[in-house]
Amino acid sequence: MSRRAISRPVLLLVVWHAALAAGAWLAPHPGNRQYREYPFAPPTRIRLLDANRGLAWPHVCALEPEPARFGAYREDCARRFPVRFLASRPGGGIALMQAVAPGSLFLLGTDELGRDVFSRLLLGGVLSLGCGLSAACLALALAAWLGSLAGLLGGLADAVISRGAEVLMALPILYLLLAMRAALPIQSPPLTGFLMAVCLIALAGWARPARLVRGIVLSARERGYVLAARGFGAGSFYLLRKHLLPELRGVLHAQAAVLIPRFVILEVTLSLLGLGVPEPASSWGSMLANLRQYDVLATHPWMLAPAAALTLSLALFGHAGRWLEVEVQEKA
Amino acid sequence: MHRRIGKVAPSFRARRVTGCLLLWSACLSFASESESLVVRTTPGKSGGDLVIALRAEPKTLLPLSAVDASSKELLSLLHSDLIHIHRPSQQTAAALAREWQLSADGLRYTLRLRRGLRFSDGHPLTAEDVAFTFRVLLDEQVKAPGRDLLRIRGRFPAVRTLGRETVEVTLPAPYAPAERLFDSIAILPRHRLEAAYREGKLLQSWALNTSPEEIVGAGPFRLCEYVPGRRIVVERNPFYWKRDSNGTALPYLDKVTILFLPDQEAELFRFRAGETHLHGRLTARGFAALESLPASRRPALADLGPGLEQHLLFFNQNDAAAKGLAALEAKQAWLQDVRFRRAVSLAIDRTGIARLVFQGKASPLAHHVSPGNRLWHTAIEGLPKYAPDEATRALQAMGLRWKADRWFDATGAPVAFSIAVNAANGEQRQMAAMIQEDLREIGIDVSVVPLEFRSLIDRVMQTLDYEAAILGLRDGDVDPVPQMPMLLSTGRMHFWRPNQQNAATPWEAEIDRLMELQAAERDLRRRAAHYAEVQRIVAAELPFLALVSPHVLTGAHPDLGNVQPSVLAPYLLDGLDAVFWRRSGRTR
Repeated sequence: MSRRAISRPVLLLVVWHAALAAGAWLAPHPGNRQYREYPFAPPTRIRLLDANRGLAWPHVCALEPEPARFGAYREDCARRFPVRFLASRPGGGIALMQAVAPGSLFLLGTDELGRDVFSRLLLGGVLSLGCGLSAACLALALAAWLGSLAGLLGGLADAVISRGAEVLMALPILYLLLAMRAALPIQSPPLTGFLMAVCLIALAGWARPARLVRGIVLSARERGYVLAARGFGAGSFYLLRKHLLPELRGVLHAQAAVLIPRFVILEVTLSLLGLGVPEPASSWGSMLANLRQYDVLATHPWMLAPAAALTLSLALFGHAGRWLEVEVQEKA
Repeated sequence: MHRRIGKVAPSFRARRVTGCLLLWSACLSFASESESLVVRTTPGKSGGDLVIALRAEPKTLLPLSAVDASSKELLSLLHSDLIHIHRPSQQTAAALAREWQLSADGLRYTLRLRRGLRFSDGHPLTAEDVAFTFRVLLDEQVKAPGRDLLRIRGRFPAVRTLGRETVEVTLPAPYAPAERLFDSIAILPRHRLEAAYREGKLLQSWALNTSPEEIVGAGPFRLCEYVPGRRIVVERNPFYWKRDSNGTALPYLDKVTILFLPDQEAELFRFRAGETHLHGRLTARGFAALESLPASRRPALADLGPGLEQHLLFFNQNDAAAKGLAALEAKQAWLQDVRFRRAVSLAIDRTGIARLVFQGKASPLAHHVSPGNRLWHTAIEGLPKYAPDEATRALQAMGLRWKADRWFDATGAPVAFSIAVNAANGEQRQMAAMIQEDLREIGIDVSVVPLEFRSLIDRVMQTLDYEAAILGLRDGDVDPVPQMPMLLSTGRMHFWRPNQQNAATPWEAEIDRLMELQAAERDLRRRAAHYAEVQRIVAAELPFLALVSPHVLTGAHPDLGNVQPSVLAPYLLDGLDAVFWRRSGRTR
């Protein structure tokens, strides 16, 4: 497998995340805006042909709720509304595309409260993936720091850190997160809620990589060049910075490839249970919560969009992880 | 060989015929000497099996220790009470007690049992069994969970027998809904349980692994089979005390199989597939899904309107200073102001909640008594009301200041609060999201805090560390008295400020007075007037904001007759003794 071919998944991963981030900035609707007259509205069809079958500027037909049936609509193409690109968004900002009022454009339909699924998917993606990425960075930083300390210093420090890590690993992570969440202050704005989720996931997830780091430091500190440096009077932190941390780079990269998707799933699970980032912020997990009712799945398939996006993300992470593995093996 | 068989066979046949005749004559004599209750439902046909589902496996088969809904629902099929609340009419009706009288001072109930009552093992049911039931229920040593339900002004009733078929129940004080107390008190067989009671092991009796023959009751069915984790099968009780107008003994059904389906979706799937025949707890979505089925496959669906369940939003009214909750104390200047609560109430689109969260299968509420409570609900004109402009004016009148699209209080702090909500309850989370949006429209920032249920209850009842919360309440009965733990200021369920020594506000004191009055009042009209006044006070002072009451939605197999759904639990199971298959040969 050529190096260029292997790196393609990483490129795709970066492009996918960049698209999500850019899309969130250009979301057609504010994520928390409730269009209460349009619950479970289906994805809007953008039409390119006018009533005479001639080519026309992209437009949408009026959407009329059926009064007798909840969540049922019919299109009234006697009333057509042109689509504007990069138009101003209600509530501020720029929208990727908007139907001229009073038309409505929901690219992936709406949820039970009439919120635009496409906008929430973009905003939720940034949040879910951002949470996984940030939590993984924080957990790896903690793991590198504490694992190195345990391996390098040994004795009491090693015993405390190692036993603490073992206790954390023995506890079921989800229940640990639930307990931690219950103990935290009740009043928290969405940003604080996001940071709390990141910190909780990182705090619960540093133990396993820390044990790996400790093992590597334990073996590295007995190597000749480290012993030589120590003989020349190098202190512990100098050894750590100059000789031991570079040894850890490969392991930390491989762990990142494992931890990011794991933490993304954890955030999605927490939000699915309603314990992640609170409303009005959206996350893929909270968007998927509705799918526990089979009729939503059966009658409103567009609600599956976050599951598709999550699957794609995780697949890309898997490919990227494999590429990293090959990279490390080649170097070794 | 043939000759031998020929000799034996007539003798065997003769024994069988004799046996049948004896059983028939025993049944006839039982029928002639018994005073069966004749039901007024459509006469049906005997035979057939039914399959229903419970959300969880029952915890016990002993009525004394049943506290979970599944155990109670199962035991309602196996046992009978003296006076029963007829669920569809919400009124009391004679059950094992044929008639009863109340003394002039309102303290003594004299109940006469039906003649010829028998338990499901054929043993006679007499006044001694009734006295035994009350003795064990009220015995402090037994620690029966239902004991406290019989406490009237801190004391318990006394029960004595007056002959074989008469019992006298003496109340410690006049108690308006006393008749309703008898509902769901299963009369226990003394001959089966007295030994365990004497040994002090009563609550350990009748566990799930007890042999089915040991479980004896006076209900329409008796236990037949229990397969742990999968099902319970009950069969027709031949000694049941009800008949139809044609003289046919009830129940009509031969067997009822009860499956354990903890998952709401699995329960709906099985019902939709015709694998279960009754569904008493359909969600609005499940109801809509079943409604959309073709007519040939569609079950008989019933929307009974608002039930006794309701969702409430309330603000923390506790003494925050005493608890050292400084952040809450600063906000209580306006959280404790009824004008603020009124403004929030005006800003909430309850009709929108009913339409979006419950797909229109819920009714907006003005106070804590749902319109589903046909006996006690008082409609208050003009309420509930959705008027965001009026809400804005009310906030202005409070002296709050409007700046940069938000309200600020006298200290310059923004008017913002959090709503704690049960994370596992999707409907309440959606309600919170809608309220958040409604209040944002009038310039109040709300953050929604989903919490695990136990931690939410802990905050509301113990630590008191919350600002506002949404909870769902479900009343077991329509009578006002069971509401007292919530409405009395001393009540432990007075969730916005529980366990007060003295009422903190004049209107809470007035509610206390009216509730005590109605509980002792025997005149129904005066009682109703007292309770209507309580409802008016609640609607005016808004200690909690009643949001919506979901409709009770039920479904039944279209071939079933006499299905009587009701808004009172157990919704469909209560009238199961009269349910029958319209088409014969319906066995499963």
